[in-house]
Amino acid sequence: MLWPRLARALLGRPLTGAAPPVPAETVAALGERLAATARQRLGRSLAIREVDSGSCNGCELEVNALQGVAYDLERFGLRFVASPKHADVLLVTGPACRNMAEAMERALACTPEPRWVVAAGDCAVDGGVFKGSYAVHGGVGAVLPVDLLISGCPPSPTRLLEGLLALLEAEAPPARVRK
Amino acid sequence: MTATALIRAGAPQGARPFERFLLTAEAWSRLPAALAGDPSLGLMALWAEPGMVHAAFLAEAGGTVLLASAPAEGGRYAALSPARPGAIRFERMVRDLWGLTAEGGTDLRPWLDHGRWPVAGPLSGQPAPMPGAEASQPAFLPVEGEGIHQIPVGPIHAGVIEPGHFRFHVQGEVVVRLEARLGYKHKGTLSLMLGKSPRAAAAFPARLSGDSTVAHAWAFAAAAEAALGVAVPPRAVALRAVMAELERIHNHLNDWGFICNDAAFAFPHARCGWLREGVLRAAEVAFGHRLMMDRVLPGGVATDIAPGGAEAIRTALAAVEAEVPALLRIYESHASLQDRVVGTGYLDPAHAAAFAAGGFVGRASGRRFDARLVPGYAPYDLLAPPIAVEAGGDVDARVRVRVAELTASVMLVRRLLAELPEGATMAPLPDRAGEGVGLVEGFRGECLAWLRLDEGGLIRGAFLRDPSWLQWPLLEAAIEGNIVADFPLCNKSFNCSYSGVDL
Repeated sequence: MLWPRLARALLGRPLTGAAPPVPAETVAALGERLAATARQRLGRSLAIREVDSGSCNGCELEVNALQGVAYDLERFGLRFVASPKHADVLLVTGPACRNMAEAMERALACTPEPRWVVAAGDCAVDGGVFKGSYAVHGGVGAVLPVDLLISGCPPSPTRLLEGLLALLEAEAPPARVRK
Repeated sequence: MTATALIRAGAPQGARPFERFLLTAEAWSRLPAALAGDPSLGLMALWAEPGMVHAAFLAEAGGTVLLASAPAEGGRYAALSPARPGAIRFERMVRDLWGLTAEGGTDLRPWLDHGRWPVAGPLSGQPAPMPGAEASQPAFLPVEGEGIHQIPVGPIHAGVIEPGHFRFHVQGEVVVRLEARLGYKHKGTLSLMLGKSPRAAAAFPARLSGDSTVAHAWAFAAAAEAALGVAVPPRAVALRAVMAELERIHNHLNDWGFICNDAAFAFPHARCGWLREGVLRAAEVAFGHRLMMDRVLPGGVATDIAPGGAEAIRTALAAVEAEVPALLRIYESHASLQDRVVGTGYLDPAHAAAFAAGGFVGRASGRRFDARLVPGYAPYDLLAPPIAVEAGGDVDARVRVRVAELTASVMLVRRLLAELPEGATMAPLPDRAGEGVGLVEGFRGECLAWLRLDEGGLIRGAFLRDPSWLQWPLLEAAIEGNIVADFPLCNKSFNCSYSGVDL
């Protein structure tokens, strides 16, 4: 049993896929939003607090997939944390539901600066199909100051990864940002 | 007079394929007492239109669905909750959305309305503006006893999951009472569907609960097709079933992994996650979307299966089939894991029956109901899936039902792909009036959709009922007497949808 397993492990390739390329314009735009001091404090690792402000749970399925072996988010220094108090990033999914607005504001108030707010998914971008409902304010930007938009319904894990890696790249010292 | 006879004595309204009977307010007021003496009629849903209340029942014996309606004179109707505990949350929702009050209701606290909308009774036809209203604090059911303390959790939870508030009353380590307060994700889904054609409104059932996007879209499409008398091409029917079974497989794999993870046993979580990823990637190859969202539309399916799609699905399913027996052996042979799941979160079959709980929650507590078999629909009439029923009622029983179902679904998909009919994948929809009901078994249980179209073929009334409506209250029963630390395990073994019931 051991030898075939050992051989498979030696010859086989890892299940985890390669990192997606990161769009340079996004990185540059994000870099401009970040003061040099903040860059130093955040370093090359980010703690993410996921906040669902009213999604259909499709986004949660794909965000959860990021943590699995196929995408292995932690290899990039990105990890999910249980409290906004420990977070550098609020990753918000869903339209900004009126019934969630206070909880969103409180989560932001608990997140220490410097911080990023990422609106992930078409609903979070501008309310998506729920735009104009009496029960939603609109996109996440209607309630929180958003730094990065990731579109898609839901955004695939690869698309989410691209966006989150852009945050990491933006935090690199300016010389390392490829133009 | 039995409840069934009482309903059937009403005036038929021409809903298809299940008839809706219009009762007088007086006849409806006799319904609670009749239901109390007729346990075989399960309440599936309760909803409304301006000035009118509707209910859907399942006659457990014959497996037929029966709809009943009555005018809510003066904004009031007789509550069904004294006879059917499952009606409680529906009655609270009906008051919040349509402004109709359940007279004699067991619980009249608000549910979806947290006092934060700009209007009250948004679907009532004449919503009252609520400018600058102060949101009230929720009131929870009281608990008395020595050393009782409360643990408030949420709406934002520690994991990557949907928002909702759980109020635990705890004595020592033991949960005395759990009460969920949901509604945080209320998006006004039903209001957005009104006035649209079924085709234009299909985006909303597809986003009622993303993990059940295929099942809800199918139930909604079936309701529209029944209302309009449209026959769906056989190829589209088969492709819908392929997608629905893939959805069942990926969700069952996901939750099985997460349940093991919640018992600090990470290996099955990693493997199930990988197998599920394979299924999602195959779905993307075959149907152009990982979750197959917006692929089922009224009239058929949005796109035919892509060339190479069937092969991609077969390959992904072969990996699932090859590994599930080994994973099941691991699941069964580790005492530390079994210790956490066996006997935990016991749901009494009597409770499951009283709430007419569908899906694996009902089937793991002895309730033999699967909408694919009874009342049944194509293509399952020719392809009857085996039904997995357990009597245990605990976390383990729910896992076992799901593992059996995912194995059965792999076989179903194989057969569907092997016998895929040729031909069109979409039928045109006429613009005309009609009323229809759709009932489709999603991974969580039966998804019910009802809609009423006007002369122009636009939606005048609609309701989408996720199976979680009848499962959430049972989670509260199942956790009683368990330790707080086992709540994640119990919760994941139910995996009720928040968005699905928040509407």
